[in-house]
Order: sequence, then structure tokens, then C-alpha cells
Amino acid sequence: MAPAPPATLRPGPWQWLRRELFGSRLDGLISIALLGFLLAAALGLAKWAIFQAQWTVISANSTLFAVGRYPLEQQWRLWLLTTLLALATGLSWGLLRALPRSGSSGPPPILWPRNDRWAAAILVLLALWRPLALQLTLAIQLRWWAITALLLLARWAAGRWGQALPPLVRRLIPLIWPLLYLVGMVLISGGLGLVQVAPSDWGGLLLTLLMATFAILLCFPLGVLLALGRRSTLPLLRWGSLLYIEFIRGAPLITLLFLGQNILGFLLPGGLAPDRVWRAAWVLTFFAAAYVAEAVRSGLAAVPAGQLEAARSLGLSMPFALIHVVLPQAMRVALPATVGQFITLLQDTTLLSLIGLLDLLGTARTVMANPAFLGRNAEVYLVLAVLFWCCCAALGLGSRALETRLNPNLAPSR
Amino acid sequence: MTSRSAAPPWWRNRRYLPWLVQGVVALAVGVVVAFLLSNLLLNLTARGLLLSWSWLGQPAGFDLAESILPFDASLPYWRALLAGLVNTLRVVIAGLVGATVLGTLIGTASFSSNGLLRGLARVYVEVIRNIPLLLQLIFWYFVVFLALPNGTDAIQLPGLVLAKSGLFLGDPQLVNGVWQAPLRFSVEFGALLTGLVVYTAAFNAEVVRGGIASVPKGQWEAASSLGFAPLVTLRRIVLPQALRVIVPGLNSQYISLAKNSSLAVACGFTDLYSVSETTLNQTGRAVEVMLILLGSYLVIDLVISALMNGLNGLVQLKER
Repeated sequence: MAPAPPATLRPGPWQWLRRELFGSRLDGLISIALLGFLLAAALGLAKWAIFQAQWTVISANSTLFAVGRYPLEQQWRLWLLTTLLALATGLSWGLLRALPRSGSSGPPPILWPRNDRWAAAILVLLALWRPLALQLTLAIQLRWWAITALLLLARWAAGRWGQALPPLVRRLIPLIWPLLYLVGMVLISGGLGLVQVAPSDWGGLLLTLLMATFAILLCFPLGVLLALGRRSTLPLLRWGSLLYIEFIRGAPLITLLFLGQNILGFLLPGGLAPDRVWRAAWVLTFFAAAYVAEAVRSGLAAVPAGQLEAARSLGLSMPFALIHVVLPQAMRVALPATVGQFITLLQDTTLLSLIGLLDLLGTARTVMANPAFLGRNAEVYLVLAVLFWCCCAALGLGSRALETRLNPNLAPSR
Repeated sequence: MTSRSAAPPWWRNRRYLPWLVQGVVALAVGVVVAFLLSNLLLNLTARGLLLSWSWLGQPAGFDLAESILPFDASLPYWRALLAGLVNTLRVVIAGLVGATVLGTLIGTASFSSNGLLRGLARVYVEVIRNIPLLLQLIFWYFVVFLALPNGTDAIQLPGLVLAKSGLFLGDPQLVNGVWQAPLRFSVEFGALLTGLVVYTAAFNAEVVRGGIASVPKGQWEAASSLGFAPLVTLRRIVLPQALRVIVPGLNSQYISLAKNSSLAVACGFTDLYSVSETTLNQTGRAVEVMLILLGSYLVIDLVISALMNGLNGLVQLKER
């Protein structure tokens, strides 16, 4: 424990405020002007939100925003999926939380916020507040509460008994995520005895999240391959990857989506071209792969050449050396940029609305076209902005936490 | 069982392996490309849409909401596409200037001695970067610019009027309830430009902040101990050094801005992409329109890159 710094160096809140806001005469003037502006803006926003805005446009269309035109009698599948997701989240959360902390000398594991009780509290508050704010029916409110309770129960149970599980079982637990993804795809699209739901009926948040996760999962391995190709000593691989990356990065995404919708049909034999939704998903994937490749390449460039040479001279084969020696080090460096690309990808799903798909933004535009909600633009777009902001900011925070966790200088040694 | 000293089989020989790998990859890529191209040819022939450029000379038959070049429906398609390209260039150039100025202001604000200003700069960047650009453009167009008052209620400043019918510069006059002025910008242009500038400025601010942060603190301290005022220090001592880091970073942001300008279609501005979409719907010439679009954006990107690389050469440290 370091000795506490001398008391005189620690300004009180009042001194701190004085130093930060009124350090000089100019600073004081700037502060007063900014404070006045902020106050006026906050008052204006509050007045608008309470007296003028009509939030019924959100609550009346909450199902549309959540899942689009997904058939009502099949929506139990989505509830089931949400429940499974909550269970898996709770399980992973509880297990990670209970990871043995390394000796008292090292810093605590930082990946899962030390105060994850706060995270749980925020979750509970959101679960309590959101259904009320959306004025959902009691039945749906109860479902949300039950799912939240289940998540917390799973977290508690995993934390309590997770360590007692045999190591083999614990190592297999991360596999529930890919399994859950496959189960989720079947639940959403149908098949295996379930009624088929055409992709054109998916919409809203469901479509946005589905497109984003699909593209993120697939663009990553593609991007790593492209980055390796870009740095390969084999001229054909290098030039091929370079050509692909530069071509994709030179074109705006909207023109590529447009290409996917209008030209893919010509490139494949009749009837083989996928549905419009899947075409867009593949275009998003191939688009993001080029950007991820550039992020990964910067990571690869940061790994000293001696690492690969040493691995090769120890007799590791090229693929083995890349996978076990070079890539782990490269990914640590490339992580922030890669997650940055994932965040961009999540934001880019809004472009699907320009080619006529009903993602969150597309749904919002159809709602705006309904005469009953004419002129309610501000409410809808503001809610969407908050939603996107929360998702993207959470991804960014998670990436920063992971970065700290993976930093060999900070992470606890095993 | 072979002995350990035996030469490895030919397919693991270091002399042949690279060629083997490349051959396999080339073969796979070649087969896929040939498959796609043959399908393309078959399908295009079946529909009578084989590559041809003569349709560019036919009259377009649609009008553009705004264009600097004179344009009407009787002019050929290539004139429509050209007008769209000019509109794109107009918004890109204005956007580059605006985003640079705003981005520099916000980037330097994060080094202010005023804590509130620093905080606001941080909040601006964090808020704007985490909201999709398309959503922001739609917000600016439908919520802000289309809600502007018209006629006598319009926002009037000396020499400038901002109304729902557009931004009027240079002594605007109200004639029969309609504003008229020598220089008019449409609200579509205004919304697109505002959205692009606000969005790109957040990224530019981060580039500028990173650049300034890369200058050692001792430079500030030395300048201040020599009696330079803070603003002079920034302009004369810190920025010239920071520019070496800033210029390459700005390059990629500028290219993003040029590409993002294709989202103009969301706020009704007739840029190159929007004209191309209309052209495609009328002619069905998907491949040709696609080639024109990709080619144009590629050229714009290359020009920006070349200019920025030239600028980069100017600001880099000259070491004898």
C-alpha cells in the first residue's frame, strides 16, 4: 500500500472546480458562456421531451421496432432464444466472475469490472424501467422480468458452483456460444420441424443484430486470412490480397450493396442467387473483411520478424507458427482497431434501409410514412440514436477492458 | 519406413512448396472468376444487355432537383451523370474544408486549460462517433432542416436568410413570399453538408488531438519559458511538429468523407450515386452504371490521396 499523498496536494472539490473552470479571466468567461449554453440546451430539451414530444409513436410500434413483421404466432421462438441467451450470458458472467484471482500482489482481473455488482444493478434497473417506459402489456412485462431473474439466477449459480465442475466441463462451456448461434439461426429462420419464416419478414432490431453478428463473425477470419496474404512472401497471394483490399476500400459501401442487389443475380446461374437479405449480409461481410484485414495487418507489422523465424527454426510448421506464435501477439495490438471496425460495421447496418430492407432505420422510415405518426421524426430518430450509441459505446468499453486484460504488463500471471 | 535423413517428399520441398500453394490458389480464384464471368455473359446476352455505352447518349428523361451545370430532361444520360458528379465534388470539397476547421477547433479544445471545454470536446467526439452517420443525416434533414420556417418567419441575418426553401446569401429579397438571392443552397445540400461536417469533424478532432499529444510536453514548457503566449506556442511551435502525425491521419478521414457523401440519397440530394440509381432504374444497365460509379469514387479517392501525400511531403521533417 503506497502512503497517501500529502493532503495539501489534493484539492477539494471546490478548489478543483475553481482551478478547472475559473483558472484565468478568459477561462472564467468561457466557462460562464458554456454553462449558460448548456443550461439553455438542457432546459429546451427537457421542455420538448416532457411537453411537446409524443412518445406513443415508440410504444405503439415497439413490436415492429423489435422484430419487424415477424409472424405473431411464431414469436415464441424469439422469446425462447432470448431466454437461452440470458441463460448463457448469466452462466458465462458468473463463471468469469468467479475465476480464481491471482495472488494478492497482482492487480485483480480487470476484464470483468471489479464492481460488476454495478453492472447487475444497472441491468435490473433497465429491466424494471424499460417495460414501464414502453407501456408494454403486463404479460410481456412479466416475461422480461422472468428472463432478467433467470439471468441473475444463472450468474449466481455459476459463481456458486462453477468452480466445483470438472475442468473438462468448464473448458467446454465456451462452446455453448457457437452452439447457441446455430440454434438461434434455426429458431429464427425455421427448419427442423419449425415453420419457415422468410428473411423478408425479419426486421427491426432483430435484423440489425442478426446482420451485424453474422458479418462480424465471418469477416474476422476472412480479414485475418487477407492480412496474412497481404504480408505473404508469395507474390501471387500478396498482390491478390492487395487488389481485393484496395478495391473494397476504394468503393463506398452503398455502391457495393447496390452491386450485391443488382449484379449478383447476373453473376450466378438462375435461381442460385441468395435472398435479398442474405445478399446484403454477404456484401457487409466481404466489405468489413477488407477493413479488418488492414487492422490485423497493423498488428502483424508490430510483431518482430524474429518471432516467426525463431518459431520456424524450432521446427514449427508455417501454419502452426502463425497460429500459435505470431497471431496471438498481433491480435493483442490489432484489437482496438478491429473492434473499432466491428463498431463501424454495426453502424453500417443502417445502410440496409437504403436498399429497401427493414432494419431498425428502415422500420423507422416505414413508421414515419404512416399518417398516424406524421411529424414524429425527432422522437423516433432520437430513440434510435440512443440505442445505437449505447450498443457502440458498450462495445468500445468492452474492447478497452479486454485490452487492459490482455496487456502482459498488467494482467495477472498464471 | 523411411530413414529420417531422407529428403522430404516433393510436395513439402521448400523449392516447390511456394509455387504449389500459389498454383492452387490461382487455380481456385481463376475457376471462381471464370464461373462468375461466364454466368454474367450468359445472363447479359439472354437479356440483351451486353456491355455497351451508346445508351449514354440517349436523352435522360428525368430532371435533377439541383445542378450547377445547366441540365434538363432532354439532355443525355452522360450529362446527368456529370451533373451528379459535380454535385458530389461540391459537397466533398465544402465538407473537407468544414470538417477540417471544426475538427481542428475541437481537437485543440481538448488541450484547453478550461476543464469544461475539455469535457465538452470529449463528449462531442464520443457522442458523434457512436451514432451511425446515416441516422445523423436523416436527423439533420427531417428534424432540423425541414422544420425551418418559410417566408417572413425565416431566420434572417444581415446578408443571409435560412428558410425551408434553402440558404440564401448576398442580400436576399422576399418576392411574393418567396426568398430570392444571387446565391442559394438547397436544404438538401445543407443537411448533407452539416451531417458530413459534424460527423467527420469528430474523427478529425481525434486525429488532431493525437497529433498534438505526440509533441513532447517539453516543447510547450520550453516555449512558455521563452515567453511565448499559449496560442502562439500552438501555432508556431506545436502545430508544425504535430502536422507530421496529423496529415497522414487526415488523409484516410478525407477519403471516408468522400465515400460517405454517397449517403446523400438519404436526404434527397442528387449526387452521383442518386443519379446513377435513377439511371439504372430507367435503363437496366447495371454493369455499366456500376463501373462508372466505382471508377468515379476510385478517382476521387486517388486524387485526395495524391494531394495529401504531396502535403505530407511538405510538412515532413527535412533531414539535410
